[in-house]
Amino acid sequence: MSQTGIDPTLAGAAKAKGKRPWFFDDPDVERVFNVTMALAMELAVTRQRLDALERLLEERGVLAQADLEQFRPQPEAEAQRQQWNRDYIARVLRVLIQSAQGRSAESEGVDQAMEAVMSELTRM
Amino acid sequence: MPQLPPSWQHVGRHELFPEAGHDDVARFDFLANLNGFLAGALAPKVRTAYEQEVKPAFEKDQGRAPNDRHEVRKAMAGNRTYQTWSALRRCSMEMRQQTGRRLVLGQIDSLLDKARRRNAEPGLELDPSVRQPRYAAAVDIHCMPGGYHGELTANDISAGANYDCGIFATTGGMLGCYNDGGGQAIARWLEREHPDFKPRRILDIGCTVGHNIVPLAQHFPGAEVIAVDTAAPVLRYGHARARSLGVDNITFRQASGEDLDYPDGHFDLITTSMFWHETSARALPRIMNEIHRLLAPGGLTIHLEQPQYHDGMDPYEQFIRDWDAFHNNEPFWSVMHSYHLGEMMRSAGFSDAEYFETGIRAWVDADIFPEAGKGEEDYGRSAQWTAFGAWKEAA
Repeated sequence: MSQTGIDPTLAGAAKAKGKRPWFFDDPDVERVFNVTMALAMELAVTRQRLDALERLLEERGVLAQADLEQFRPQPEAEAQRQQWNRDYIARVLRVLIQSAQGRSAESEGVDQAMEAVMSELTRM
Repeated sequence: MPQLPPSWQHVGRHELFPEAGHDDVARFDFLANLNGFLAGALAPKVRTAYEQEVKPAFEKDQGRAPNDRHEVRKAMAGNRTYQTWSALRRCSMEMRQQTGRRLVLGQIDSLLDKARRRNAEPGLELDPSVRQPRYAAAVDIHCMPGGYHGELTANDISAGANYDCGIFATTGGMLGCYNDGGGQAIARWLEREHPDFKPRRILDIGCTVGHNIVPLAQHFPGAEVIAVDTAAPVLRYGHARARSLGVDNITFRQASGEDLDYPDGHFDLITTSMFWHETSARALPRIMNEIHRLLAPGGLTIHLEQPQYHDGMDPYEQFIRDWDAFHNNEPFWSVMHSYHLGEMMRSAGFSDAEYFETGIRAWVDADIFPEAGKGEEDYGRSAQWTAFGAWKEAA
């Protein structure tokens, strides 16, 4: 912690004085858009870091770039990696999966309004 | 292939420059590329949306084309392509501020310490009685939280450090590694066009971190240079920055350009760089009057600004150049850029014969930036300026 008492995390994220314009009709959509762009930036940072790591490993003779490109996982590793992909997609797209579930035939009642259930359960 | 911006790793370092790790560099590189994408790939689509959708709809409704940038702005507000481009541009600016501030504030103790030691050297004159003018304090200029003047702690320099470290990413390196392409351009223009001009005293108004006055101080090592600004954090930083770059003929003074305590005709050269659009209709003529009073006979005043809106400039072009005024906290930008520069200077006492106006492009290190200034223009942020000013008649 700084001797000044400044919290770099929150002070770094300070808002500029002056009303912020929202360009989309719904500011909530634009807020999500801003979160997405921040994630895009951090993903780029991670990719660059990985790239630096690979180049350093190659420079030091630990592996060659070609080893990485020709990497063919053995069956067990392949299955783990594919499972990771599947989980990853489900995490990222959770909200879409859940909206779609509401419309399928086998998910009867999944979108029942809470008020309706409350009133049903409170009926004598 | 569009030109790629240079990596932030080429940014010019000095003692006060914040130390950056891998991820900090990667963030600035992402931002420079995002800005390049917005200017090169998306901005042309915004123009197409105007030409093909918004303008025809306006014409159908009104029976005429939009008259000025304000009508274009109102008509464009509901266009999806424009909204997306604008949302990204604002987002990019906010991410840039956060990236710079987080970097600086994470090492604030060591930066304050370095600044304190440098600031003990000669050439820094702060005056706590100087009040921030309304034009600097009404909103935080270009979305820089705290503006140039905000202080988070005693003897703060963070505003200067944040400003200095982000310009390179915002401009895609177009101003050179020390962001001094404007000052470099003036120095080279003088060397080429007026090799006999040797100012003894130089004044720079609204100097911020001094990035554009340092090249002139280096070009005229025998000159006494005064750089003024109203904001203490950028002056402390600018002073320490200049000293650590080996430049010791600049005095950084906290003062308002509206009222300077030097005698008439004291300076042979008076400059500003990208300054007027950050003032106000009230302050601008006062500062210009001071320049006229302070300039010695035979002296030169020269100013760099983004291009003016002029008669015949397409309303769309004016509208897109106006974006920063409304959406990036540049409240005087729109009005200032509609001024007639010659009249602005005539009102302060300069004659038409003394006045000149020319185009000027940033001068940058050609080994790192072979094509600087030739890429897609990021409207309102580019390194191609109007240079205007006057040679005061010799007595």
